[in-house]
Amino acid sequence: MRYLKFWLSLFILIAALTAGAQERFYTKTGVVRFYSKAPLENIEAVNNTVTAVLDAASGNMQFAVQMKGFAFEKALMQQHFNENYVESDKFPRAVFKGALTDKEAIAYNKEGVYHVVVKGALTLHGVTKQLEVPGTLQVGSGRLLGKATFALQLSDYNIAIPALVKDKVSNTVTITVHLDLQPLKG
Amino acid sequence: MNLKAFCATVFLLPALAVDAQDTTDLLQQISPQQPEQELVYNAYKSSRVIMSQSLEMLRPGVLDFRILHRFGRVNQGIKELFGLDDASIRLGFDYGVSNNLTVGIGRGSYRKELDGFVKWRALQQATGLRPVPFSLVLVGGSTIVTAPWSTPNPKFKFGHRVGYFAQVLAGRKFSEALTIQVMPTFLHRNLVETQRDKNGLFAAGVGGRAKLSKRTSVNVDYYYITNRNSGRGLHNPLSIGIDVETGGHVFQMHVTNAIGMNERVFLTETTNSWGKGDIQFGFNISRAFQVKKKALK
Repeated sequence: MRYLKFWLSLFILIAALTAGAQERFYTKTGVVRFYSKAPLENIEAVNNTVTAVLDAASGNMQFAVQMKGFAFEKALMQQHFNENYVESDKFPRAVFKGALTDKEAIAYNKEGVYHVVVKGALTLHGVTKQLEVPGTLQVGSGRLLGKATFALQLSDYNIAIPALVKDKVSNTVTITVHLDLQPLKG
Repeated sequence: MNLKAFCATVFLLPALAVDAQDTTDLLQQISPQQPEQELVYNAYKSSRVIMSQSLEMLRPGVLDFRILHRFGRVNQGIKELFGLDDASIRLGFDYGVSNNLTVGIGRGSYRKELDGFVKWRALQQATGLRPVPFSLVLVGGSTIVTAPWSTPNPKFKFGHRVGYFAQVLAGRKFSEALTIQVMPTFLHRNLVETQRDKNGLFAAGVGGRAKLSKRTSVNVDYYYITNRNSGRGLHNPLSIGIDVETGGHVFQMHVTNAIGMNERVFLTETTNSWGKGDIQFGFNISRAFQVKKKALK
């Protein structure tokens, strides 16, 4: 009898875990771009290794961005980005933890494009700030395509721009997020 | 408690714990932090400590235009504006061929000397998976004096104008703030001043930097020359300076007793002594251009 109870509980637990896992979507190759437009220079960088998870049941959404994963056109920009601005050795990742404001609006079994708003906290350069970002979520055949564009103020995250490079680096950067999420299998 | 029940508890508890955590940390479930090898970059702001090559390599496709200046001796006083009336210069171009290979050429006004070098990083410091505790860089170069002979001699051929050097840089970026390197160096000159001067010289160098802020550091660069002609009043070169990085430029302002701006000159013609105050101001300006841009996907 004791064995039966054990195996039964184990079975239920695995079933529960698997069931839960099926309602989650994830990617490890999400794309985050940033763009800074300043009078003398435009700066663009791409990160193709963004991890993101969406939990359909709760509407929770989380991102992790490795700061050293940003690639720049110019090597010196990449060096200065990591060493002088975001200080990647001290703060290796940026993390967003938030949720869809209206999780009921999305029918995960019905194809189509849904307008969503994600609200949560972004931790970058050791500073955590609340963020509310509008975007779209496209339900396709078993996959989810997430897109969003928003602006960040570097000064909000304690990233200072010296007067000397004010014409080269803008305090306002545009962030573009592009995610191809697939179901998380248990 | 029997064994089975014990095992069940041991195995199930962590599973339950993970499940409980999932609602707050979704990332934990899909991206367990895998250790990866991470190469250490930015040991210095520039590819030179002050006189010497540093552990830092140029990134692929970067062209570094270097303007080096050494003024006259400070102790000449106000009459010579503390040496500023007098200056020698070296202009040079370095290019990053690949992540681990840099080449460079230059010309110094002192004895109108050309120089060139090849710099190869054999080992790069790394952390994480398969860590490497230090970087190892090999430098080989050559110098050619092009100024007319001060004492012409029909026996002098082109070969007498040439010198060679080989150097091993071994060093470590101990922290974001501190980098130290040692530089065993061999220098060969085809022509030396006197019979008592050796054609082959061995020098032991040490250099490093301590960062003052994100964009400034204090740098020190020194060589001990083991087998020079002690009768000619030569000294070991020592330079102390400050690096300031301003975006595309790195300014290296310093005081030094070495007049030379290539390995042959500062190892064999440093006649000034720190002890007597025979030091001079100098600066290096590095301006980096990205010649070959990386395509962004």
